[in-house]
This record gives sequence, structure tokens and C-alpha cells, in this order.
Amino acid sequence: MADNNARVEFTREMKKDYTIITPNMAPIHFELIKNVLESFGYRIDLLRTTGREIVDEGLKYVHNDTCYPALLSIGQLMHALHSGKYDLHKVALIMTQTGGGCRASNYIHLLRKALKKDGLDYIPVISLNLSGLESNSGFKLTLPMLRRAIAALTYGDLLMLLKNQTKPYETTPGQSDALVQQWIEQLTGLFEQGKAFTQREVREHFDRITASFAAIPVEKTPKSKVGVVGEIYVKYSPLANNGLEDFLFSQGCETMVPGILGFMIFKVDNRLEDIRLYGGNPAKKQLCELLKWYFTKFETDLIASVQKYPQFTAPAPYSHLKELAGKVIGYGCKMGEGWLLTAEMMELIESGYRNVVCTQPFGCLPNHIVGKGMIRKVRTVYPQANIVPIDYDPSATQVNQENRIKLMLAVAAGG
Amino acid sequence: MKIGMDVGSTTLKCVVYDDESRPVFGEYERHFSQIAEKASTMLEHIRAKFPDLKTAGVCISGSAGMGLAEDLDIPFVQEVYATRTAVKKYLPDADVVIELGGEDAKILFLSGAMEVRMNGSCAGGTGAFIDQMATLLNVTPSELNDLAATSQRSYGIASRCGVFAKSDIQALLNQGAQKNDVALSILNAVVSQTIAGLAQGREITGKVVYLGGPLTFLSQLRAAFDRELGVQGVCPDSSLYFVAAGAALGREDREFDLEELTQRIRRYSSSHSYQSSEPLFDDPAQYEAFQARHAQDTVSTDGHLDETRQAYLGVDAGSTTVKAVVINPAEEIVFSRYLPNSGNPVPLVREFLRDVYRQFPGIRLVSGASTGYGEEIIKNAFGLEIGVVETIAHFTAAKKFRPQVDFIIDIGGQDIKCFKIKNGAIDNIFLNEACSSGCGSFLQTFAGALGYEMQDFARCGLFADHPVDLGSRCTVFMNSSVKQAQKDGASIENISAGLSMSVVKNALYKVIRVTDARTLGDHIVVQGGTFLNDAVLRAFEKEIGKDVTRPSISGLMGAYGAALYAKAHTAGKSKILGPEELESFTHDVRTVTCNGCQNHCRLTVNTFSGGARYIAGNRCDKPLQKHSPTAAYNLYEYKKQLLASYQPGENRRGVIGIPMGLNLFELYPFWHTFFTHLGFRVIPSPPSDRKLYLKGQHTIPSDTVCYPAKLLHGHIEALLEQKPDAIFYPCMSYNVDEHMGDNHYNCPVVAYYPEVLDANITALQDAKFIYDYVGLHRPHDFPGKIQAILAKYFDPIPLGEVKAAARAAYQEYEAHMGRIRAKGQEYLDYARANDLPVIVLSGRPYHLDNEINHGIDKLICECGAVVVTEDAVNTLVGKKFPTTVLNQWTYHARLYAAAKFVRDSGDKRINLVQLVSFGCGVDAITGDEVRSILEAGGRIYTQIKIDEIANLGAVRIRMRSLFAALGLGN
Repeated sequence: MADNNARVEFTREMKKDYTIITPNMAPIHFELIKNVLESFGYRIDLLRTTGREIVDEGLKYVHNDTCYPALLSIGQLMHALHSGKYDLHKVALIMTQTGGGCRASNYIHLLRKALKKDGLDYIPVISLNLSGLESNSGFKLTLPMLRRAIAALTYGDLLMLLKNQTKPYETTPGQSDALVQQWIEQLTGLFEQGKAFTQREVREHFDRITASFAAIPVEKTPKSKVGVVGEIYVKYSPLANNGLEDFLFSQGCETMVPGILGFMIFKVDNRLEDIRLYGGNPAKKQLCELLKWYFTKFETDLIASVQKYPQFTAPAPYSHLKELAGKVIGYGCKMGEGWLLTAEMMELIESGYRNVVCTQPFGCLPNHIVGKGMIRKVRTVYPQANIVPIDYDPSATQVNQENRIKLMLAVAAGG
Repeated sequence: MKIGMDVGSTTLKCVVYDDESRPVFGEYERHFSQIAEKASTMLEHIRAKFPDLKTAGVCISGSAGMGLAEDLDIPFVQEVYATRTAVKKYLPDADVVIELGGEDAKILFLSGAMEVRMNGSCAGGTGAFIDQMATLLNVTPSELNDLAATSQRSYGIASRCGVFAKSDIQALLNQGAQKNDVALSILNAVVSQTIAGLAQGREITGKVVYLGGPLTFLSQLRAAFDRELGVQGVCPDSSLYFVAAGAALGREDREFDLEELTQRIRRYSSSHSYQSSEPLFDDPAQYEAFQARHAQDTVSTDGHLDETRQAYLGVDAGSTTVKAVVINPAEEIVFSRYLPNSGNPVPLVREFLRDVYRQFPGIRLVSGASTGYGEEIIKNAFGLEIGVVETIAHFTAAKKFRPQVDFIIDIGGQDIKCFKIKNGAIDNIFLNEACSSGCGSFLQTFAGALGYEMQDFARCGLFADHPVDLGSRCTVFMNSSVKQAQKDGASIENISAGLSMSVVKNALYKVIRVTDARTLGDHIVVQGGTFLNDAVLRAFEKEIGKDVTRPSISGLMGAYGAALYAKAHTAGKSKILGPEELESFTHDVRTVTCNGCQNHCRLTVNTFSGGARYIAGNRCDKPLQKHSPTAAYNLYEYKKQLLASYQPGENRRGVIGIPMGLNLFELYPFWHTFFTHLGFRVIPSPPSDRKLYLKGQHTIPSDTVCYPAKLLHGHIEALLEQKPDAIFYPCMSYNVDEHMGDNHYNCPVVAYYPEVLDANITALQDAKFIYDYVGLHRPHDFPGKIQAILAKYFDPIPLGEVKAAARAAYQEYEAHMGRIRAKGQEYLDYARANDLPVIVLSGRPYHLDNEINHGIDKLICECGAVVVTEDAVNTLVGKKFPTTVLNQWTYHARLYAAAKFVRDSGDKRINLVQLVSFGCGVDAITGDEVRSILEAGGRIYTQIKIDEIANLGAVRIRMRSLFAALGLGN
């Protein structure tokens, strides 16, 4: 069992004047989540640092064969601690913990090891998890907080989706990005007032957001449509994927990056699948069913909102993704992004994004199976698929990655 | 007219087409990274040839041309795409194109579903790889080709990574393998890498076209591809120009004023910036002070023989050099040589000794010791009495310079060796894992690729103003980092300095994995040929922020240490060959296949004059007719015997084939019992070997997955040949729960590899492949669940019958694990009673496979230790205990428990060695945790990384050093 006795807890007293330093992943989503947490009285510092120093810090403190996301998140945190910006006795760190069978559940322990190496192990590390892995008296995921957080993630998904579908065509460059910022501020203000997170409010805001993006003047020129799937961190984090979304944009592509909500439903649904496959306690099932139902309502509203405008491509519902996955892979395959990653590739191809970049950290174990391992089967179902797997790690160079993506784009343009 | 220019990683190619799309000009040149200069010169050649041509269409292609094209706004087409355009025009009936370049490897599938494959982050199997390997053999690539043409046989060489391959080749050469056979093996390795890495499950058939430099220039490489693919490929006349032609033939039609463009390219120097580090030296004065300080650490190298004419010999037959010294009783060096080793060290040492006898008539070589990779062969050939493990040799020499030495780091041609010294004994050893070795020779190869001598290259970085920050990962990957730096406009000086720094960072952060230089030690001695470069030495001192001692004979330390060791440990009468014996010295090499067991090792038998023999290439003692006292106490052997005892039973319901791989190495007793009880006849796939691996290689979709997983492709193919009614290999997220961790998962690869097999092995579509999700961790639910699964494939089986079979299976599994534990206990008791060292050789169940462990278990027995396994001792520590990581995988929980067992045993003779398969991401976590558990008790952690090919020579050094550090055995 992981040694919890020696763990430094984040106490109630600490909540008053400690700053919680947070590594970044999906910039839009995390910005919103940060603001949710702040509205509950936490001081959050969401890191926006980039650059080689972060990789170097990671290499110094994390086993070099550990996956790139761990190396970067821990590197980013250690870099912050070494920046001199913080009173080290007044900071805490936070890290997500999924509890699945892949290495990601161990990031938090690797972070603690890194702190220990540096004699900083008095700094509390908060585990952000829904599996009850670790708890802290000063940091509680309360129901109201969770509801706002779920709303925030969903807003993030919608903003990302609409931005990606508007930006390549906007007649005045910069309008979509500005609108995203505007909405982040507006939603934050609403969260602080305790608004914009009930089902009804969210639905209304979805419509407003979609309408605002639909109002941006665009010129529809034909573009290569590219989908991005992958290990969750590398897929979203520009730090990890060397600014993939921006690169694709600069190459004149329209990009679709499937959202986080689907991943959340997937994680909940996995518990139900486990029970179905191996047997288990039906009581646990009820809570999961409830959560799944709750998430799905948000998803349905998001899709409905986007579908009101024919110029936008709405994502398919989770249930459809699951149906697609069933053609090629078992539902028991759940570690990491599991069968969802395969399903996302299929769904993207179906909805017109036949060019797919499959991102993964070098040597990512689940992606051997659900990414590279499934490409052949996906291609049998969709012969038009144009998929390129790209590995990210501290030494993979951008030149090589971009060259491979350019090849994919050349095929996309030339047929 | 249209001009197509292909800027590759090492060469520049140009083609001009006239308005009727006929090629009228072509040029090919190496660019040595001076892309802008060479490109503008090439344009000038075109203008000279066509004086009337003022404007023309221009299009650039090639991986190194992207920056140029972007910055100067010249059309660019991706090179694979360009190739396709050209192939469509010239060879419309081609089915597959294989194109190897300087650092790229590509396969284009043209017929059927069009697909293109490019190598990703790995440079193995490319022109750069062949160049590196040719350098190692001390020949040019075309000489390598000629050598290969006369070859008789081929050895297995890891091609994934140049560094791995280097170790393999070095070992082969040192064992006396013929150069021509090694040459062929290198080419075969390229073929194997291309197919495994790029074809990824798609078959290469039909009309195959070979393009690019290596395939154009090396006929034997084409022949190797033909052989492996069973095709007759073609290499068209203009095979070097296809990319350039494709660029010219593309849709781009922008016209450029050629004179203006030539000027523009000439003036172009990339304005990009790159990450840089502080310069090595601020000014020449600082460098002089540095030189003066290091000039103090010397030992006399012009010593004389005294009246007794007594002297001691030390030979260090290293990976890329042979070092030899003779010292007098005052421990001064009388005579020494530092010789590049281009293969066989024997003639070099013979020449050395002849020189010694010529220059010092009457000299009496009282004793001699050899060390290094070639230790054994030199010892046997020349009658030296002592062989000393490298680590001890270096320590002995270092003490001479700095008696209080507490840390030694040696960076040689391809190894990094570091050790800590505590209380006058070696306390901890770090040897580079195979993936980051090759540092010294990498600098050399790189210097060569850029047209420099190694020393000049390193020196030119001394005063670089902005050294490129190239990071600290595997050196092979640095190829592309350097490419990026060049694109960003880094000068050769800054690249040189950057590479020197990277070598140092690799050693510190990859091998020793320090976080704080202060923990290294206070008295640090650096040595090895690589440190003879002031740039590397300076980079090291700067990185750790401390002055170190570099002995003047930095490159000779191993040999000097061996000589000192010989002097201290002489047993009396020397049998070193005298001058006459040297004259009549002969060395005969034969290759034979050992048929002692199913490994069928290819042995090289070296016979020397006087009948001395040295056999290499063996994985065990059998061909040596030696007998190790602990051979019978090898739990790996026992576990294999247990598995072999499960014989196929009666066939009432059908035949079920089970592939012997990954978790099935442990669960075979379970499934065998279960299905046998149900009336199925259960047959396992045959034991793994190289051939079996190759059989399935073409369907592996991810070339970075671990070797144990890759092997399963071969097992499935082998099972399919036996035509069972079904193949059973279930997916299992969860493993058996042993209640020793927070959870009981399998790693993702073990859990879901059957999915990959089903998705990529075409032949499985026509077979009954049962790979459903099964949970053995819920014994009560299991019968019902498995009954439903089986009903999908066979006639329904009554639940009662399934329940009974399940009960028997669980019982058998428990009994099986119990047998392992009981036998383990027996071995531990035996070791204790006989005062023998014990190695807990820890890994996963599948490390039992000979093809995966490469006989390391036997090697350890040869060293005189008893071998037990992690699953034999893990229960001895009692209940669940705290770890600093999330302990969520069943197999890994055993590793932690085994480490705790070793630590708590308080018995210095019991030690743990962890086997780690290359690519095992999970072991990045377990390795660190096992280490910290052991080190908390002051124990030594030893990790051995294994892949397709293992360098047993290096493993032997590890083991001997470990035993030496413990003061156990030889």
C-alpha cells in the first residue's frame, strides 16, 4: 500500500494562506477550473510556464523513462518552486490521480519523490481524484464544487470546439481567440455569483456561446480537416505537443479535438463495464449510473446547442462512440484512454475529419494497444482514414514531428 | 523549366526539368550542413549550364529543407509525397517503395490502400546507422558492402538503436567473429529494422522499388532485402533523384528570378534562435589556468627498468581501443600503447608484446592481467595469469592518483562506468544501460559526419559563444536534435560544445541520475578516453560545479590499473608468451553451432598456438565443459520444468492452443487444468527463439512495445500452424489478487495485448481466437462468466462442470505457486548451509523465457550464485507494507516484496538483480522504488536491461563487479 502515514496533509489552516500551484494541461478548461476553485476560497496559481527549462527540471527529478506527461507536469512544478516566486512554506501542489492501471496513477508519488530529492517534502501535495485514493482535511471536493467543475469542463469543451471550427475561417484574425477569453471572464464572474452551473443555466449559456461564435464573420474556404486524439495530456497540452493546434492552424487546417466530458463519462462507465464483465456489487452501480446520467445530460445539451448551426460539426454522443468502438475493440480495454481513443478516431473519420493525428508520449503503454495497435482495424472499417501516430518525448524534435504531420497533410490534399 | 531540390539530412540533390518535363540536369552532393552555400552553388551550376535561363519554377523538398523553404518563401513539398509523385510518373506499376536516406527510412505502399510510413523518433536502420557501424569496423560503407558479399553467415544484431547494435557488434568482434560476417549481419539488421519498424503488419509484396543513397550504393543491402522479402526488387537508374524529381514535377508553378534567388539563398543564414548554454570558457586565460591545474595529475610515463629487469603487464581490451602498459616495480610506466581496436584485439596485443621485447631486451614480465571486453580472449591467447573486472582495474589505478578517491567516472568509447567508493571498497556501481551508451564513439561518429577529426571537433567547441543545448537523452536521438540546431543556424563550434555537454549530462542524469552534484563525492577521478577532450572535461566540471582529477594517463587507466593489480596479485611464475613464442604465434577462428540445448548458440572457437582455446558466443557453460557448482540451484530452470510437466490431455471437446507469452507463463497451470478438466486437449506454442520472433515480426504495429509482447506475434503464427480448434488468450485488466498491494492490475500491455494480436494478425480472422475479458480475481463470478464466454465458441457446457473445472484450476494454480515457493526455500537453505551467494533474479513471469532473458540466469549460476525468483520470496515478508509509490500491479508488488525480503534478510550474500525489458514503462517506476527499498538498507541495486539482443559480456561485468563489490567470489 502506498505510504500514507508519512504524507504531508493539506490542512484546513493551510487553506487560509497557502497558494496551490497547479500544472497546466488543457489551457481553456484549466483556466475555468482554476476560477471555480478560487470561488471556493482557494488560492490557485495555474502555471503557464513553457520552455526547455521545464523539460530539464523534469529530466532531473523524474526517471527519464517515465512518461512525458509526468516529466512535464513535475518539471513544471519543480521549475515553479525553484523560480523564487513563492514562499515555499506557504505553497501546496496539486496533481490529478485517475486510479487506473496505467502509470498515470503514480504521478503524484513521483512528484513526492521529486520533492524529497530536493528536501522539499514538507510541501503538501493534493491528489485530485474521484476514486477516494487520498484525502486532505483542507481540500474537499464538495458537491457544489463538483457541479461547478463539471460545468466548467463542459464549457471548456464547447469553447475549444467552437474556436477550432471558427478560427481558420474568421475574416478578422484573432476574433475567436478574443471571444474565448471574453467567455472565460464572463463565466468566471457568473461562477462567483453562484450562477451558470445548473443544468438549465448551462443550457442557456451553451446557446449564447454558440450563437456568439456563429456571429463571427467567416469566409468558408476549403481546408484540410484534421482530428487530434491521444493520451489526454499530450493531446491537450501545447507544452507537450509542441503547440500542435497552432501548428495545424498555421498549415491551414481545421482541427477537431474531442472534449474532456467524453473521457469523464468513459471513466464512470468503466466501473459499470467492470461489473458487467467480472461481476460485482450492484450498489456501486447505482452511483455510477447516476453520475453517468448527470454527465450525459450536459453532453446532450452541448450537442443540441451546436447542432442549431449547420456550419458547425457537433461531436457525437458517448453512446455512439461506444457503439463504434464495439466494432473493433472490447469494452474491457479501459486503461489510459482505453477504447475511447480508438472510438474517437472512428468518430472523427465518420464526421469528416478523416485525417487524424494520434498523439502519445513515447512508449505510452495503453497507446501501444488502443492507438497504434488499432490503426489497422480502423483502416479496414474506414479505408479513407489518413492516420499518423506521433510520439512526444524530451528528445523528439519538432522538425521530425512536423515533417510527419506535413506528410499526412500532403496525402490529405493530394488524395 | 522547373527545378526540384531535395535537401536531405546529409546530402543535397537537384534535378532540372525542361518544359516538356524531360530531365536535363541532375547533381548530387554531401552538404555537411552547409545547406545555403551548397544550394546556391548548385543553382549557379544550373545557370552556367543554361545561360539563357532567367526564371524557372523552383520547389524544395527534404527534411532539412523545410526551414530554408519557409524562411525564403519557396514552395515546399513533403519528401515522401515527392517520391510518390516521381514514382507514379516513372514506375507506375510499382507496388511498394522502400527508401532509405541519411536519417530517414520510408516505405510507401502504392497499390491497394495507399499508405506511407516514415521512421519516427528512432534513427536505427538508416544511412546514419550504416555509417556508424562501418566506422566501428573501420571501413567505408562501400567496403562494408564488399565485405558482406563474401560472408558465410549472419549473426543477430539489434538494429532498433545504433547503440545497442554497437554493443552487439563489439562483442562479436571481440569474440573473434569474421568481419565479413559482421558486415552482412549489419545489413540484415537494417532490413529487419525497416520491416519491423515500418511495415507494421502490412506485407511487402509485388514490384518493390529501392530508392535513396544506401540502397543505391550498397548492392548487398538490396540483396538482403530481396532475400528477406522473397522478391526481386528494382533500383532505377536515377534512384537518388526521385525526391528532387517529385519536387520538380509537383503542382507548384511559381517562377523565380534565378539570379536573385541564388543571391538570396547565399545570403540566407537562419535567423532562428536556439536554446543555448553558457560558454565553456570565457576567455583563453581561463583555459590556460584550467590546463595548468590538470597538468599536475601525472604519473611518470618514461620509467626505466631496474637491474632485475622485472616488469608487470596490464592490458585493457576495450570496446573501441586496446590499451596496454608495462610498469616497473616502482609503478612507473615504462612502455604503453593506446591503439584503436577495429575488431580483433589479438594481433594488436601481439604487436605490442613484440615491441616490448624488441625495445627492452631481457625484460622479465613477472605477471600480467587483462581487463575489458576482451579480457578473456587476451588472457587465454597470451598466457596472462589474471583477469580482472574493469571496475576493479579502474579503482586500482584511480587510488594511485588520489588515495582518498570516493568517486570514479570513466567515459570510454561506448561505456560509462561510475562507482562510489566507501571505506576503501567499491560501494556502488553504475554502468550505463544499453540505451545511453556510446557516448565517446558518438562524438567521434558525429565529428566524422561533419567532416572533422574527433579531437579537432571537440576542440573547436572550447570557445563557442552559445553552445547548443541538446539535452540529455539517448545519444542516437541526438541526430535529430542536431539537425534541428543546424536548421536554427547553430555554428559548428556551438554544436560541438553542445555535444560535449550532452555527453556529460547523459552520464550524470541518465546513468548516475544525480540531482545534486555534491552527493557524488569530494574526491572525484575522471578517466577514459573521452575525458581527454578538454571540452568534455570542462563541461563536466561546470555541470557538477567542482574541480576533478583527470590523470594524465586518463585513457590508459584500465590498463595501468590492471598492471598494478597484476603486480599486487602475482602468484609466482609467469606464463606470458616470450619473444620466440610470439613469433610462432597463431590464432585460428572457427565458428560452430553448439547443439547442447535448444538455444543453438553460434560459438566462435579461438585456438592459439600451443593449444590454448577460447570459446565465445556461448550462453552457458555447456560447451566449455566447465561445471558451475550452483547450476543445479537455478529456480528459473525449475520453473521451466514445472511448466513443461503439463502434458496435453484427452480430446473430448476440441483442441485449444495457448500462446506461451506474457502472463500465460504464470497462468498456464491454471488454464491447462481448467480446459483439461473440461475435456479440451491443451497445447502450448513452441518455445520462443529468434526464428519464431521473425515469423511474427511483420505484424507488430508498435515498434517501441516491449520484446516480450512482440514475441507473441510469433507464438500465434506458430500456433496457427498447428491448427488447433481455438486459440485461447484472454484479456485481463486485473491480475490475481495477492493482497500485497493497493490494487492488482496487470500493466496495459499484459492486460490487452490480445486485442493487438486480433487487430493485426490477418490469419486470426479465419481462426477461432478467444480473447474475451476474463477476471480471475473474482473466483465466485468466474465460472458463470467463463461459461458464457465459451458458449460463444463451443457447444454449451453445463455450469456444474465449469465450476468443478474452475475449482481444480484455482487449486492447481495455488499448488504451482506453492511449489515455486517451497523450492525457493530449499535453495535458500542450501545456499546458507554452503555459504553461497544468492541472487533474487527479479522480473515478471515471462522473464522465464530464454529468448527474453538470454540465459542471464545461467550466467549468474556460472558466477557461483544460487538463483531464486521474486515469486519465491515475496510472501516471506508477510503482509502488505508501505511503499512510496502506488502499489497497484500484482507483478510489481512482488518486486517490492522481494526487495524488502533482501533488505530485511540482513544477509550480505543475498542480493537482488532486476531484469527490465526495454520499453517497459512501468519499470521506470518499479526500478526506482526497488532501488530505494534496497538502498534504505544499504544494499546494492542492480538492474539489467534486456531487449531482442542482450550483451551478455556487459551483464557479466555487472555481475562480477557486484560480487567484487560485495567481496564475494571472483
